[in-house]
Amino acid sequence: MMWYSDRRFWGIVAFTLFLNIAFIPFSSWVLNAEYQYTLRIVTVGGALLGIVSGILGSFAVLRQQSLIGDTVAHAALPGVAIAFLIAGRALEWLLVGAAIAGWVGVWMLNAILRTTRIKQDAAMGVVLVSWFGFGVALLSYIQRRPDAGQAGIDKFIFGQAAAIVRQDVNLIAIVGAFIVLILLLFWKELKLITFDYEFAAVNGFRVRILDTLLATLIVIAIVLGLQLAGVILMVGLLIAPSVAARQWTNHLEQMTILSALFGAFAGTVGAVISALDVGLPTGPLIIVVAFGVVLLSITFAPSRGVIWASWQQRRDRRRFAAQNILQDVYRYGQSHHDFQKPVETAFLIGLRGRTAQAGLHQLEKQGFVKRLDDASWVLTHEGLQKAQNFEESQQLWETYHLYREALDLPDVQQEHHANIHDVLAPEFIQRLERLQKGDTNDQSA
Amino acid sequence: MQETAALHVEDLTVAYNSRPVLWDVDLTIPEGVLAAIIGPNGAGKSTLIKAVLGLIPRAAGTVSFYGKPYQKARELIGYVPQRGSVDWDFPTTVLDVVMMGCYGKLGWIKRPGQRERKMALEALEHVGIADLAHRQISQLSGGQQQRTFLARALVQDAQIYFMDEPFAAVDAVTERAIIALLRELRSRNKTVIVVHHDLQTVTEYFDYIALLNVEIIASGPTTEVFTADNLRLTYGGRVSFMEDRQVVLAGGD
Repeated sequence: MMWYSDRRFWGIVAFTLFLNIAFIPFSSWVLNAEYQYTLRIVTVGGALLGIVSGILGSFAVLRQQSLIGDTVAHAALPGVAIAFLIAGRALEWLLVGAAIAGWVGVWMLNAILRTTRIKQDAAMGVVLVSWFGFGVALLSYIQRRPDAGQAGIDKFIFGQAAAIVRQDVNLIAIVGAFIVLILLLFWKELKLITFDYEFAAVNGFRVRILDTLLATLIVIAIVLGLQLAGVILMVGLLIAPSVAARQWTNHLEQMTILSALFGAFAGTVGAVISALDVGLPTGPLIIVVAFGVVLLSITFAPSRGVIWASWQQRRDRRRFAAQNILQDVYRYGQSHHDFQKPVETAFLIGLRGRTAQAGLHQLEKQGFVKRLDDASWVLTHEGLQKAQNFEESQQLWETYHLYREALDLPDVQQEHHANIHDVLAPEFIQRLERLQKGDTNDQSA
Repeated sequence: MQETAALHVEDLTVAYNSRPVLWDVDLTIPEGVLAAIIGPNGAGKSTLIKAVLGLIPRAAGTVSFYGKPYQKARELIGYVPQRGSVDWDFPTTVLDVVMMGCYGKLGWIKRPGQRERKMALEALEHVGIADLAHRQISQLSGGQQQRTFLARALVQDAQIYFMDEPFAAVDAVTERAIIALLRELRSRNKTVIVVHHDLQTVTEYFDYIALLNVEIIASGPTTEVFTADNLRLTYGGRVSFMEDRQVVLAGGD
């Protein structure tokens, strides 16, 4: 089965796409949003940014380098300020300044890691706060200057969607397409260094170059989101969608597509809401939406989700309790040579503790035990059969573990309490049964 | 002799924070043997493999494979890293990991196709886990993880294999499957160099050994080198030989 032949995955994709698209009529109905020129621009800008950072984020998150993005983001701020002092308000130069500073920040981080014994978290902490502090100081200095040109420079910290224009969106589209193209081109290589760095190096891939490539793409993506989402929280748009996507799937390809869609959703919704009310900063709103997606994913996703796990645990607990009680009742009958002899509840509780009650109710519902009066139970015909089958299956498992190699049986993992007939093919079970009979014959002889 | 040696290491020194972890290592391993690198914890066994493969910087020394430097011999080299060195929760399947074995031969940008897929499936068949091809790698047992890595190495189709502790913490069945596979590689005149730490199985599994404790204590055919004296030199007197060549490590790890 390939990653694209997975119905459940396409179901989630369709649902997310639907939410993405449905947000537009929803917002014009509930929030009175009018999709005029400006808002359309904001919508497209937010969506594109979300897609690009969502895709790029999968690699950042899986390489456990999410905070590299954080370092870049904070390091970019003094770059913006210095570029402003040198070249004035022109956006291109501000972005170039941010990119250079962000890149130098990453380089500094790597240099610290390579040459000293300082660990990654501490090194990031040092680079991140020192650059950001420097950036904030510079910004305050700029804002105290009398010229009018400085107005709005502080918007780079948290972003302002309402301020972006057509050219900005064009820039996001072109550079974003470039980033995605590079990722697709080096998909195989990036996947390899993410999973097994040393193996990649031994196979002759220039891993340092790939590292630099990925870091550079992250720098570019963050600079791209500077205006819309702001320096600090742009990194959230990089991390949150992929964290959410990871919950839903076990395939890198699926994860990346989902991450792009989640990113688009967070980008669009956050940007549109903030554009409706100019006072609200865009970055924080995008993050709030993205965090909502993460929260939902962590809670509800199958296999990895919290609800799924606790539900599974409860079901297992009940199943095991019921199975244990059934065997207790069975053995009780066995030792008294009478399967119709009633077993008292108190006896079973003494044996198993409080889980006995729940187990008995479960078994009663399934029709394996019958309540005689308030305090005693007896096996039904089905219950007797089930208990016998289980006993038999357990004995077969024992024989299996002892003689698996001698009988040349397939190596199967025993799921706890699994029925051997569900796991092993009939011909193998016959072999085990023959061996069991042979054994008892030997003993009786 | 040196031209035909599968691996030739000369004067190799590696240091971490100016403390030498490998000191002046000279090692020659002939073609077509099953070789083990043996030594106590912290002796630099894994470091030796990594330094030979250029994964960590060398302070000094030269390495050649079949007489060629690493850059020219790259396609001859197969590698099985320690099982614990990767994140097994990575979102991918067994088949996908095994296919990574052909990435090196494919080179930059080119995508694996049907041919690579077939090779990977054959390798999985070879190591006995063909039925797990589409399994998520996070659902593998330790032995199955090791078999996955071995299948990936088979796909590399190398002449000389480096394996970092392939027998560490695998079940007895997997261990036997692995050794059978290594012997088969040897019978095809491939060279296999294994970091190993179970002294009990050395004589049974390997025909060539290198005893290492920062320096090379001794290296050569197992029958000549695997002696009580050499082991004592390597492990520092914590080893005692019993009558039937069974080795006992005294005083913990």
